[in-house]
Amino acid sequence: MSDTEPSKIDHEKSDPPEKRATRVDKGATAAGQSSVPFERPQLLTTDARIKKDIRFRRMCIITACTSILILAFLLGSILTAGIPTLSWTLLTGSPEPEPENAGLWPALMGTLWVCAMCSLLTLPLGIGTAILIEEFTPRNKVAKKIFNLIQLNITNLAGVPSVVYGILGLTAFVSMFSLFDKSENSLGPTFEVGAVYYDQFSNLASDPFVDTGGADVPERFFLLPVESRNAASVVPRTGMLAYENGESGLTQVDIIAIDPLSEQPSTDPDQLSRTIDNQSTPGRISENQWYYLRLPFGRGVIAGALTLMLVILPVIIISTQEALRAVPATLREAALGLGSTPWQVVWNVTLPSAVPGIMTGSILAISRAVGETAPILIIAGIVYIRSAPQHLMDDYTVMPLQIYNWTSRPQEEFHNIAAGGIVVLLAILLSFNAVAVLIRHRMQNKLQ
Amino acid sequence: MSSAVNGNRALQELEQQVQTLLHRDRRNLTMVRLREKGIFVGLIGCGLFSLLITVAIVFVLASETVTFFQFPEVTLSNFFLSTDWTPLLGDTKSFGIWALISGTFLVTAIAMLFALPLGLVTAVYLSEYAPRRVRNTLKPVLEILAGIPTVVYGFFALMTITPFLQWCYSGFNVYNTMSAGIAVGILCFPTVCSLAEDALQAVPTRLRDGAFGLGGTRFDATVRVIIPAALSGIISAFLLAIARAIGETMIVALAAGSRAQVTLNPGEEAQTMTGYMVQIAGGDVSNFGIEYYSMYAVAFTLFAITLSLTIVGNHIRRKYRETYD
Repeated sequence: MSDTEPSKIDHEKSDPPEKRATRVDKGATAAGQSSVPFERPQLLTTDARIKKDIRFRRMCIITACTSILILAFLLGSILTAGIPTLSWTLLTGSPEPEPENAGLWPALMGTLWVCAMCSLLTLPLGIGTAILIEEFTPRNKVAKKIFNLIQLNITNLAGVPSVVYGILGLTAFVSMFSLFDKSENSLGPTFEVGAVYYDQFSNLASDPFVDTGGADVPERFFLLPVESRNAASVVPRTGMLAYENGESGLTQVDIIAIDPLSEQPSTDPDQLSRTIDNQSTPGRISENQWYYLRLPFGRGVIAGALTLMLVILPVIIISTQEALRAVPATLREAALGLGSTPWQVVWNVTLPSAVPGIMTGSILAISRAVGETAPILIIAGIVYIRSAPQHLMDDYTVMPLQIYNWTSRPQEEFHNIAAGGIVVLLAILLSFNAVAVLIRHRMQNKLQ
Repeated sequence: MSSAVNGNRALQELEQQVQTLLHRDRRNLTMVRLREKGIFVGLIGCGLFSLLITVAIVFVLASETVTFFQFPEVTLSNFFLSTDWTPLLGDTKSFGIWALISGTFLVTAIAMLFALPLGLVTAVYLSEYAPRRVRNTLKPVLEILAGIPTVVYGFFALMTITPFLQWCYSGFNVYNTMSAGIAVGILCFPTVCSLAEDALQAVPTRLRDGAFGLGGTRFDATVRVIIPAALSGIISAFLLAIARAIGETMIVALAAGSRAQVTLNPGEEAQTMTGYMVQIAGGDVSNFGIEYYSMYAVAFTLFAITLSLTIVGNHIRRKYRETYD
């Protein structure tokens, strides 16, 4: 065993092919795997050392196998718990309190919104920074110092724990350094666009003290528009036009307002269903347009996207830098020699050849954003979200956060649907990874 | 005669055309210069944004920490010298950061006990021993391990590792630092492995060949030549992995428990710095109370520790790199 082993090791080592070729050329042996290149003197010390080498090699193999086994065990234990719970409800339902009806839909859409926004924000910024550092290296000393500082800073930012970015996002995006909190009321945001406020009244059908004359009057809700979130509530008067939230959106209704203590409502069912108590206190609700914007951002999608941007920005910068560095300098020099300006070189030569590398790095960075939990947990907290976000300021939850929420509950059933959620999440991430590997593979083939 | 006039006119037209072309070119050139300037300024803006992030982190953490220390219940000596962390206990609030730091370091130590040796040995195997085929299959496996979200590791720790530990020895609590530490170790393993492998790969082949030429086995070459030559890279890989373990949040939030205490017993629960932040952010404490600001003080401590580890790691890699050119 110890006779053949060393030569086998020699051949198995991962030398570059040209080196192996020269070894064969030197003519000791051209027969390949099985032959021994030279007669090794049988020294005792050598034997002991070779045995040690073999032992170490075996230990290495065992360790490497352990890492695969751990991965297999991890995936196996999650798959066995998760796959039985996979169902249509899990994908399309909302996170109900009963585990059998609970689903991931709001979290899935939240992840989609946050990560799409995050990549839109991060990609230009990250690629721009990488281009600046790699392609616009300055000649004078002060500028060089600043560039080195930026580079060092990016390396250090990559090592900052994501939970710290969550804390930064909480102050910088959610409450915006409390800069906008100077007004008297701290109930709502200081500045907003795209929100319409209504006071909501219900008709007299819900009032048990009103005599409806035996007619079956359906309960209806009427909305009266008000100026702003903090405006005084409207006093309804007969003849006012109110909105009713029907099946086909808002419809206008002519309302009748009376004081039921002193007036007897009409007994006509149609009129009665349009009659409201002018003394009742309404509820203030808001209709937000798709372009709804408020400052500070609060716990909306945009705050999550900006916070995740901080997390993955260094990752995208570093991977883009590597992709740009891999472009041969001869291409740049040729373009410069033809009279191109620095930006023309970047735009027409460097970037096109670096695109596959940049895409691979970006996809991996975005998949990191998809799986990131801690910063989102810090800024959004654990809230019960029943529907997908509708605009950039809407409340949201993301998949890892939903999984965390389910895992941290004591009931066994929630643990099982958490495993189901993990299977969905891993499927998404693995498909991301597969796309990245595919792009890298195609790029390697093209370069060859 | 007419042909001469015609020729003259043609010449004039040609000259005019040349003039317009030249003029357009000059205008184009100004446009190009302007565009170049504009783009450069934009790129500088991108670059400065990354600096702004660091400034913002330090500013936010520092200012909110100052607010925290202005509360009458908090004193500097209590924060830095006490080992009791009981911020949610009504009357007997105590903010001794050492309770959280000790929890963090216990989890990190357990994690590193697994991740560092296994990671280094696997890196040596991948770099020095493995045939190319094995290497090409193992590296993607490591990449997949590195891409799994941490909440999945947390689930794994709570649902698989903890029951297994309790099956082995019944003294383990439901929440314990051992299972959190093992999961963090698995999480850090790919980091250690790929960074250390990069360092080993950076050692020139001539050094290996020299060791073989002197009659050394692959083991001799690795232990006596290659690892010493790559030591700076390996140490920096270790430091970066430790920084990552200290900043790890979701695993400890799920598996390590929420009682802050100084303990060396890996079977007991212990809260970490990150675990405390999650507890406060996930619970419903008032937004501007003392607990809320204590989160910033803890974050500042965490940031200081990880940043210094990262800086030292990168410094070692750059400064003490053995170059053979």
